[in-house]
Amino acid sequence: MTNLNAADRLLLLLFAVAVLAGPVILAPFGAGYPDLLQKFAIYGLFAIGFNILFGLTGYLSFGHAAFLGVGSYAAVWAFKLLSMNVLPAIVFAVLLGGLFALLIGYVSLRRSGIYFSILTLAFAQMSYNMAYSVLTPLTNGETGLQIALDDPRILDGAGQSGGLPLTNLFGLPMNQTWESELLGMTVQFNVGFYLCAAVLILGFYAALRIFRSPFGLMLRALKSNQNRLNYTGVNTRPYALAAFVISGMYAGLAGGLLAATDPLAGAERMQWTASGEVVLMTILGGAGTLLGPVLGAGMIKYFEAILSAINKAELSDLLSFLPDALREPLVSVLALFVGEGWHLTLGVIFMAIVIFLPGGLVEGARRAMRLFSRGASDAPSEERPAK
Amino acid sequence: MDPILKVQNVNKRFGGLKALDDVNLTVERGTVHAIIGPNGAGKSTLLNCFVGRLTPDTGTVMFDGVSLLGRKPHEINQLGVSRVFQTPEIFEALSVLENVMVAALAHRDGAFRMNAWGALDAEAEIRDLALATLEDVGLAQRRAMEAAALSRGDKRRLELAMCLVQDPKLLLLDEPTAGMARADTNNTIDLLKRLSEERGITKVVIEHDMHVVFSLAHRISVMAQGHVIVEDRPENIKGNPKVQEAYLGGAHA
Ligand SMILES: Nc1ncnc2c1ncn2[C@@H]1O[C@H](COP(=O)(O)OP(=O)(O)OP(=O)(O)O)[C@@H](O)[C@H]1O
Ligand SMILES: [Mg+2]
Repeated sequence: MTNLNAADRLLLLLFAVAVLAGPVILAPFGAGYPDLLQKFAIYGLFAIGFNILFGLTGYLSFGHAAFLGVGSYAAVWAFKLLSMNVLPAIVFAVLLGGLFALLIGYVSLRRSGIYFSILTLAFAQMSYNMAYSVLTPLTNGETGLQIALDDPRILDGAGQSGGLPLTNLFGLPMNQTWESELLGMTVQFNVGFYLCAAVLILGFYAALRIFRSPFGLMLRALKSNQNRLNYTGVNTRPYALAAFVISGMYAGLAGGLLAATDPLAGAERMQWTASGEVVLMTILGGAGTLLGPVLGAGMIKYFEAILSAINKAELSDLLSFLPDALREPLVSVLALFVGEGWHLTLGVIFMAIVIFLPGGLVEGARRAMRLFSRGASDAPSEERPAK
Repeated sequence: MDPILKVQNVNKRFGGLKALDDVNLTVERGTVHAIIGPNGAGKSTLLNCFVGRLTPDTGTVMFDGVSLLGRKPHEINQLGVSRVFQTPEIFEALSVLENVMVAALAHRDGAFRMNAWGALDAEAEIRDLALATLEDVGLAQRRAMEAAALSRGDKRRLELAMCLVQDPKLLLLDEPTAGMARADTNNTIDLLKRLSEERGITKVVIEHDMHVVFSLAHRISVMAQGHVIVEDRPENIKGNPKVQEAYLGGAHA
């Protein structure tokens, strides 16, 4: 943690504490269960990585879900061939995500702007379709790739018996959960979540280092004026490619963690909607900021979990205090925004943020802080070194 | 005679327009060479052929013994050629100091260096160098400002600082004082003069401001409609009838 200034060290510390205390902090919001907590951490990582490309260089990729999917497949293969220990699976997922990003980035970065975005989208859709068709031996097509009893697992498969083995960290199973009562709530401490949380904190730390490095400065310069950077003696292509590969490795890591907490991989993870989602997360939270992507990912995954679980009957119950004449039409309108239709809510929120808070949630927080502490100097937190 | 830049028979067409018509130009090492001429004469186009923005249709451009043709902009910069553009090209989203640090890093680390783990804060040498250069151009006070917020004249001085911090062998200046108040113009002239004396940086300066031209230049080339019509020492330029005709016949200067 040396090499960071005091403000950044504080930021990292607060971030780590908040993440580790996640099960306690989020329990009152109905979000303290392992499955959702894991998603927060995993998609937070995905968005942090995406932000290193999009937030710092301005290159908008619409194909990053491909690397997430590759990471998942790689991890499941590691579970099948090597061991149910998550460590080799995660390493394998990161490496393959990075390798894939190197190939796709090398070609896509020959163009910039909208053409770059279209190229990444095309590559990702190609990967998605191939996972369903010609690559079936590797991906198991529509069924998805799963572990099986008779997988070789050369490191720890010998003498296996009984049910399917569990993903674990040196014997500690991912699905193990301790429950405890705290302030009248049931808090769940889950091994899988704490693995994801530890990786998220490391990933955040690495992103912080990258943001504050000479490399990070070059990426921001690239976003600001690529031409000037060229005439200043910098070959911008390898810089952009490095950022692309790093973000691909984060995506692979996220995919690997998805598989580590639930050992299966399907092609739908690579679909363009999944690529679009990480774009939304990053913009919603605040592109180019350190905390924004994590907040954006959390917000989207939270709304997805809460809203998609509500159905028409529950809505009707919720509004039972209203007179029938008012309730019926209200319920039928609101029903469009929940359950399957929660994407509609997401769309509305997204539009509102882009129009009223172009800097995303972080910008909103900053404005709120300024309101509260008028006159005080800018918060020590992060971003906008110029100002 | 030790030419650092040698331009021979350069032609460039834009559709039907002959922007450069058989241009020859030799710049001696350590001198300031001014290019003047009416609007649209082809002055900026000529500079574009030196930095890899344009490739001439025919002709050669030799810098310090190597051809610049077909080289990428970053390669040409790494050879030691820096340029201030006619419309300021800076990193608007970065702070003034960061702008200069980018240039200093590019000079020290070359066209690409993967330094994603080290801290920018730890680059004390680069920071001090950038600060000293900002001091030189008179922008040290504004180092923490976002570059976008600078006035047009200050943006130009920032761009100059970005070039100077790279200690170039050849500095190309496309109207370095345009948009500056008189006092700033004089400061810039003093700065450029001092640089010539202290570091001996060779410069090619495009200028409309004759006060600037005659204070700085050792030699002057006059361009009109893609031609270099006269090349001579400053004292011989003023009275030259061809020059007067070019300015009166062409657009206003
Ligand atoms: N990329 C281009 N495409 C087409 N025409 C161009 C291009 N660049 C310059 N021109 C034309 O070439 C001619 C010379 O332009 P140039 O910018 O070199 O003039 P200049 O001498 O720098 O003039 P000024 O003093 O106004 O800057 C002009 O007629 C201009 O319109
Ligand atoms: Mg010009």
